[in-house]
Amino acid sequence: MAVGKEIRVKIASVQNTQKITRAMEMVATSKMRKAQDRMRATRPYAEKMRNVIAHVAESNSEYRHPFLVSRPVRRVGVIVVSTDRGLCGGLNSNLFRQLIQQIKRWQAEQVEFEFCTVGRKAAQFFQRIGGKVTGQVSKLGDQPHIEQLIGAVKIMLDAYMNGSIDQIHVASNDFVNSMTQKPMLEQLVPLKAQEDSSLPSHWDYIYEPQAEEVMDHLLTRYIESLVYQRVVENIACEQAARMVAMKSTSDNAGKLIKELQLIYNKARQAAITQELAEIVGGAAAV
Amino acid sequence: MSSIHVDIVSAEREIFSGDAAMVFAPALLGEVGIAPGHAAMLTRMGPGEVRVQLPSGEQQTFYVSGGMLEVQPKVVTVLSDTAIRAHDLDEAAVLKAKQEAEELLKDRSDKLDIAKAQIEIAELAAQLQTIQRLRRRAGG
Repeated sequence: MAVGKEIRVKIASVQNTQKITRAMEMVATSKMRKAQDRMRATRPYAEKMRNVIAHVAESNSEYRHPFLVSRPVRRVGVIVVSTDRGLCGGLNSNLFRQLIQQIKRWQAEQVEFEFCTVGRKAAQFFQRIGGKVTGQVSKLGDQPHIEQLIGAVKIMLDAYMNGSIDQIHVASNDFVNSMTQKPMLEQLVPLKAQEDSSLPSHWDYIYEPQAEEVMDHLLTRYIESLVYQRVVENIACEQAARMVAMKSTSDNAGKLIKELQLIYNKARQAAITQELAEIVGGAAAV
Repeated sequence: MSSIHVDIVSAEREIFSGDAAMVFAPALLGEVGIAPGHAAMLTRMGPGEVRVQLPSGEQQTFYVSGGMLEVQPKVVTVLSDTAIRAHDLDEAAVLKAKQEAEELLKDRSDKLDIAKAQIEIAELAAQLQTIQRLRRRAGG
């Protein structure tokens, strides 16, 4: 029947879109689970390292590593962790909004800032709005490796060591649960002192080589692992946000299809009624 | 036989956790063997094998590309790197990240334009709001 061809075409197209968003939702769900596992897997390393660092810092109290000493802040560095791809709701824009608020506060205090971006979205953001970007890493994929981040972290650490920046922050999303992701900005360097002085340290390690060198190595690795954790967590957030976004898109598509189907049925019914009326009218005239 | 607890972790995952009779690790200044009750020690490792001798006599081998070794009388922790790390390699990574940034930001100023940023964010927020409004209307 020739009735409502346009409507049928429209329904088919919405159905196709729905198929795609459904598939994306399912992909995001499974990727989110994997990302969460990966998130958990990064914890033991950081925890072990934290313990060791706390101990070394305590038993070598005369040696203060620059990463542990805070100084007056004139310039800060921010590592901005974002996603590579879009279609994940307001995840990135919420993060940027929070970041801009902080930047305004810094501007008010006459603190300068520079950025290192992780992920394409942050890079694009700064490309449009300006701002000093000293490093950029993107295309990390779903399973990032810590090696991919070394460059970006080292740029910041080097700048910190030579005194051109006085603090390093990291901006990323916090995975609260699969429905909620919270943007957060955290100070990375100088490391906040551990308030764990419960164990009296009457023993010390045998160091191979010197304590300072070991400490330097440890702290660098620790900071890298913290950034890595943030990146992995952000990926879990990305997948969760995408899952939610795609779910609501699929639901909407479903509603739209229902409405269209109703319109189509009505149109078809109207056409049949009209045809019948014509036949009856014709028969009566004969 | 006494045993010592061994944890081998990398930044990306936990590799091994369990008891061992003896552990061998490639410390920077030469391979070390650690038996239960070893003095507390903290050292860097070079690339090599970490061999864990299980109490059953079985031996497990893990390759590490470097990292830290922490020894306490009852616990050994191997903080392993996932890739070979060397100064020049790290420098190369820095260069790459810098280049990418420069490439991206060739023709623009270093000055951050707050007003523009806020417009940008407002636009994104508006897009989201529109979608939400449409959704409510479709739902109602």
